[in-house]
Amino acid sequence: MLYHVQIEITLKPTVMDAQGTTIEKALHKMGHTTVGNVRIGKFVTLEIEAECPNCARGAAEEMCRELLANPIIEQYHVTVVESEAVA
Amino acid sequence: MKFGVVQFPGSNCDADCYYAIEHVTGQEVRYVWHEETEIGDLDCIVLPGGFSYGDYLRCGAVARFSPVMGAVMTHAAEGKFVIGICNGFQVLTEAGLLPGALYRNDHLKFVCKPQHLRVERADLPFTHFYSPRQVVEFPIAHGEGRYYADPETLARLEENGQVVFRYCDAEGNVTPEANPNGSLNNIAGIRGEGGNVIGLMPHPERRCDRLIGGTGGKKFFKGLAESLRVLEISRGLR
Repeated sequence: MLYHVQIEITLKPTVMDAQGTTIEKALHKMGHTTVGNVRIGKFVTLEIEAECPNCARGAAEEMCRELLANPIIEQYHVTVVESEAVA
Repeated sequence: MKFGVVQFPGSNCDADCYYAIEHVTGQEVRYVWHEETEIGDLDCIVLPGGFSYGDYLRCGAVARFSPVMGAVMTHAAEGKFVIGICNGFQVLTEAGLLPGALYRNDHLKFVCKPQHLRVERADLPFTHFYSPRQVVEFPIAHGEGRYYADPETLARLEENGQVVFRYCDAEGNVTPEANPNGSLNNIAGIRGEGGNVIGLMPHPERRCDRLIGGTGGKKFFKGLAESLRVLEISRGLR
């Protein structure tokens, strides 16, 4: 099966996110004063040919650990969004 | 003794490093293409500054998987010298040859200027021609040079004396104002636990000729060549 996978990569909460802080300040200046804890990250989509949804997730998480994220500063969240039969 | 300078797609300080080594040490140096896997002829390999693989994903993240990096890992494991400057430092942290990570400067801007540094360790193969706590001035030029390590790693680095260079002011004071990118503990350069791998964001190779601003970086390469010479002699005596 072909699975569509979405991966969100963000800085860990313990790592200061300068982009997030700057954008939060800008939002406050625009009048969105109730906004807080703005974090900026990366969004990766990919397709994986795998046996099952969990297999696709496992493969994606391995890719995150090896390349897509730097576990020292970043965290990741994998979502297997849909699957469809390969034509 | 022989030096190598790696060329990744996007490296742009390779020629500067080559020139500095050849000009300062008078020793043999060659370029190492990122697809090479045989570097057994080299005693010291330099990963230069630049934007390897366009800095895609994270600085150094893709370069880490180049064919040459397998050879660099072996080279390091054999105790031979590895130097990462700027983007080279980022590649070494991504490859796990040095602890911690380098990420976006706290002010979000690319910073390009002369920067004072304090030599924290003047007893290393790379730094023994400097005096302890000597203030040197090397240029910095990076957007992602903010050093980060978790509290345990940071404490270990400090305990082991692995911090080699720290950002400071002209008098050698390590202050938040003298920190150009938000690096923890004003860290500008560190060495690995084995002592043979060093990474630094500032560019000593750009301070090896009076024509381009100064010669404060010469002692870095001279010291290194002297260390290699002593190693060669001791190997010969064995």
